[in-house]
Amino acid sequence: MTIAIQLAYLIASILFILGIKFMNKTKDARRGNMLSSVGMLIAILATLVQIQSVTFVEIIVCIILGSAIGLYYAYKVEMTKIPEMVALFNGFGGLASFAVALSEFYLKSGADTPEIDGIASTSIILSVLIGGVTFTGSMVAFLKLNGSISGSPITFKGQHPLNLLLLIAFIVASVLTYMNQSDPTFIIILIVISLLLGILTVIPIGGADMPVVISLLNSYSGMAACATGFILNNNVLIVAGSLVGASGIILTQIMCKAMNRSLTNVLLGGFGQTVATAQADGPSIVVKEIGVEETAMLFDSASSVIVVPGYGMAVAQAQHVIRELMEQCEKRNIDFKFAIHPVAGRMPGHMNVLLAEANISYDKLVEMEQINDEFSNTDLVFIVGANDVVNPAARTNPQSPIFGMPILNADKARTVIVSKRSMGKGYAGVENELFGYPNCLMLFGDAKQTITKVVSEMKDMS
Amino acid sequence: MSIESLIILIYILVLASYLGFELIAKVPPTLHTPLMSGSNAISGITIVGALLACNELGYTSLSKWLGMAALVLATVNVVGGYAVTDRMLKMFKKK
Repeated sequence: MTIAIQLAYLIASILFILGIKFMNKTKDARRGNMLSSVGMLIAILATLVQIQSVTFVEIIVCIILGSAIGLYYAYKVEMTKIPEMVALFNGFGGLASFAVALSEFYLKSGADTPEIDGIASTSIILSVLIGGVTFTGSMVAFLKLNGSISGSPITFKGQHPLNLLLLIAFIVASVLTYMNQSDPTFIIILIVISLLLGILTVIPIGGADMPVVISLLNSYSGMAACATGFILNNNVLIVAGSLVGASGIILTQIMCKAMNRSLTNVLLGGFGQTVATAQADGPSIVVKEIGVEETAMLFDSASSVIVVPGYGMAVAQAQHVIRELMEQCEKRNIDFKFAIHPVAGRMPGHMNVLLAEANISYDKLVEMEQINDEFSNTDLVFIVGANDVVNPAARTNPQSPIFGMPILNADKARTVIVSKRSMGKGYAGVENELFGYPNCLMLFGDAKQTITKVVSEMKDMS
Repeated sequence: MSIESLIILIYILVLASYLGFELIAKVPPTLHTPLMSGSNAISGITIVGALLACNELGYTSLSKWLGMAALVLATVNVVGGYAVTDRMLKMFKKK
């Protein structure tokens, strides 16, 4: 029987690996997700057989409750809110590992002669730490993303020494927990510190750095599952946990690279705050405005168009009306593409999901490296709710805080139209020189409303 | 746990992480959001631990209640994670 269970875990692990492998191609991705979920089902069934479910009723109740919440949220959530959902679910994953580790601790320490060896207690403590940090860190990220708390960095004096102090206290309490296994005081100290550390490490990080934070927390939730695998001596947890851990780390690296910042720089936080004051008295930029009709005419006469979407597009919910704009252009045989910057949106790949939801074919969405040379041969670039990712200061101005960040070469196009609500600055708090360029025109107003008008103008023309 | 079995677990950890890096580096940026929500669902594998933890008779022990809480949370993570990933991937179409 044990062999059958172990084999089932092995099959589950293989299915997880294949599931991720299938994600390498967009057309196979859905099947990959399916394989992975079958792997999960096999792992769950094998565990139910293994424990001979003496508490069948409770298990069923918990699973039904969890599934109902999960399904409700999964089908209800708007695509603009996916980052919030991922942050929340990361937190749940972390909290689950945290609770499993504590459960194991109380079970063992509650025995008449508590005996938790060094390996087991190290695993439990690590699982509490990583799980706890993942939980509270994700909750802070969630609250920042949905606007319940301010997205701007929260910093205070002595923040870093405090974190260090807490970490040292954690190590001391860990040793004490191990040495006094029947005394539950120390594990409570560990719980409190790990929850605090999660909050303290995420509050100094600004809203636009959330793609990095979510990726990192994703990785932590995998590592927490891994640590739980060490507690339970279970291979499938370690395989699955390390896959997720690796995935989160790679995405974190991609995001940092796309912002030309080191992970340390992101984690220390405070970005955008000091910068804004430093730049406040810079020279102001004179911009040229354009109206809806002229915009429609420019689209009508162009032969190639590239749209640069940013988080502002998601906020204005303009993705559907942009598809209508695309249809109008395609009727006129205008080449129409989207240029996606890796950090556009609030999580990696966020723009792609939003545009896919608006029924835009994924082969129209082009990555930065592939499209950057095309801008100079493009008639019209339409920037919707993006700012820092097209700021030429990143190339030209060594004083700029975003200098060195890879950007989309939108400024190289013949004409650039920027759809923007007002002259507000981007997240980095920097003036965007592009707006003052001779080939750049500003289309002010809510993106959804103005683009709707442009589309109806275009319809009238034909 | 013996040192031998710990070393085997570390082997698995190292190899699986390496495999993870190799596989995920090949995922196109278009799919990074579904990749993240999908891997989020995979991290719900801790559900296995939760099932083991709540398998105790009686309702008086703290460890059982923690296990049940973990089971609910991990199920939300697994079911919600896979469902939303599928919902997203269904939208990716080529015309």
